[in-house]
Amino acid sequence: MASNQNLLARINELFGEKITTVEVVFDETTVVTTPQFLLEVARGLRDTPDLRFEQLIDLCGVDYSTYAEEDPDRTATPEKRFCVVYHLLSTAHNHRLRMKLFIDGEMPVVSSVVDIWNSANWYEREAFDLFGIIFEGHPDLRRLLTDYGFIGHPFRKDFPLLGHVEVRYDPDKGRVVYEPVSIEPRVLVPRVVREEGFGDRNP
Amino acid sequence: MTEIRNYTMNFGPQHPAAHGVLRVVMELDGEVIQRVDPHIGLLHRGTEKLAETKPFNQSIGYMDRLDYVSMMCSEHGYVRAIEKLLGVTAPIRAQYIRVMFDEITRILSHLLWLGAHALDVGAMTVFLYCFREREDLIDCYEAVSGARMHATYYRPGGVYRDLPDSMPQYETAKGHKEKNAARLNEQRQGSLLDFIAAFTERFDACVDDYETLLTDNRIWKQRTVDIGVVNKERALQLGFSGPMLRGSGVEWDLRKKQPYAVYDKIDFDIPVGVNGDSYDRYLVRIEEFRQSNRIIRQCIDWLRNNPGPVMLDNNKLTAPRRETMKRDMESLIHHFKLFTEGYCVPEGEVYAAIEAPKGEFGIYMISDGANKPYRVKIRAPGFAHLGALDEMSKGHMIADMVAIIGTQDIVFGEIDR
Repeated sequence: MASNQNLLARINELFGEKITTVEVVFDETTVVTTPQFLLEVARGLRDTPDLRFEQLIDLCGVDYSTYAEEDPDRTATPEKRFCVVYHLLSTAHNHRLRMKLFIDGEMPVVSSVVDIWNSANWYEREAFDLFGIIFEGHPDLRRLLTDYGFIGHPFRKDFPLLGHVEVRYDPDKGRVVYEPVSIEPRVLVPRVVREEGFGDRNP
Repeated sequence: MTEIRNYTMNFGPQHPAAHGVLRVVMELDGEVIQRVDPHIGLLHRGTEKLAETKPFNQSIGYMDRLDYVSMMCSEHGYVRAIEKLLGVTAPIRAQYIRVMFDEITRILSHLLWLGAHALDVGAMTVFLYCFREREDLIDCYEAVSGARMHATYYRPGGVYRDLPDSMPQYETAKGHKEKNAARLNEQRQGSLLDFIAAFTERFDACVDDYETLLTDNRIWKQRTVDIGVVNKERALQLGFSGPMLRGSGVEWDLRKKQPYAVYDKIDFDIPVGVNGDSYDRYLVRIEEFRQSNRIIRQCIDWLRNNPGPVMLDNNKLTAPRRETMKRDMESLIHHFKLFTEGYCVPEGEVYAAIEAPKGEFGIYMISDGANKPYRVKIRAPGFAHLGALDEMSKGHMIADMVAIIGTQDIVFGEIDR
């Protein structure tokens, strides 16, 4: 896929100020856009004949709130907390693209792309469920993976790994009851950041 | 006049045709499906969140448990994402081993699919035949990794160890007579490669057997032809991949189009369907049996003639050998650091996709320079397929929905993650 540079130039030419940045890293093209232009850019990516990203391969949320938190200045941490990442594929031209947009707020809102790529339906429900990102215009935005009546958005970084509640069968009441978690959270391997590099990238 | 209304029916999550823990709420007009609403998540374990709290290597085992009938393929996707971030490449012999085991895995997964799908539709025999061959392939898993399913065999930088020179033998036990064990051990006298080579010799005839049972079978055709038709445009819109996409006539296979490992050095064809119905998808997967067999044969030839390392010799990333640890202080330190802390991966984000038996399995990984991934997103092929269940089963009978779940090759480990 040597066409990444061409793809980059073409996207720059097509969308201009509608996109924030576009770059090629690890042989993968990443476009950053804003919620305001999302639908316009998405439609353009799908319908322009020499781009033709007819497939939305993946859509996911990311919570950047603890990104590179060891750095006191937090230079690497994005300003906005949440990010929606779209992975696009063009089977016609055999190229891929990653589209990102950053959003903020306790209940971040972004337009839904279900009308452009129908596969977004479940992916957006999943992102809503796990991150609490609201997709405006989604036909059926319900929880998908978590339990019926679940409270909270489990993949946010401030949600504990063990969760808030545990369940057990109560023989007196004759039903399953929810109770606050009784297990102490523990970290088996602490998180570390080492300066020296590995592999061929930083010899 | 009586008012006629649609009624709602629940299917699963404990139904054997639900392939695990699928709960479907169906809206029916008589026996015709108007709308289905799959409720998933009953097997949700939060694999992605768990991976965020562990060093990179400790999550390889979780990948086995995603699509628990195509274990090594999921490992391959995960390991490739790490290797891409680190900028390392596994030795060529390791890549051939990976390709060989990816294809063994593909046959394993398709065998389970064929058996289960046929069983759903009413053919009992195929299931028994499929499991006979699966047993042999699972033995290969056992020989190479020690585990029959959850192998954890692929590692960043190669594979855990080289192919063994001997196969594990059956022992006599109560209810397992000497004669029986001797018969089973007869094929297991040589090396693992000999065993796989013998398997590839007989496997084409096995596929012919399955085809004799199904391909021209009237009942099979009545249950699969024109069921769950998806045209080319819809298949792309719905995010299909793998045999589901090829069955609809899109010539798309990552092994060919965006080759990884050593697929570009191997000769094979990709089958494509025409009508996009369940029967075409069946034919595509049957042909993939033969093509995978062909790939395995080529890998065996290469592996026999090209000994070499199967793991990078970089002790920052891969564990040192036991022998060196006993006399070399540095190796001991490396070992200790690697197993207590893991390795740090440079900052960045990658998406690594492989062609798993069910379609495109992708890992989107973000690292912020620590010894644990910042975010791992698993792109499971079955997730997009099951998302299209509503569209595919609209207007069909209840029994056809079971056939459609079968043709989608649903495995809940990867959908719920």
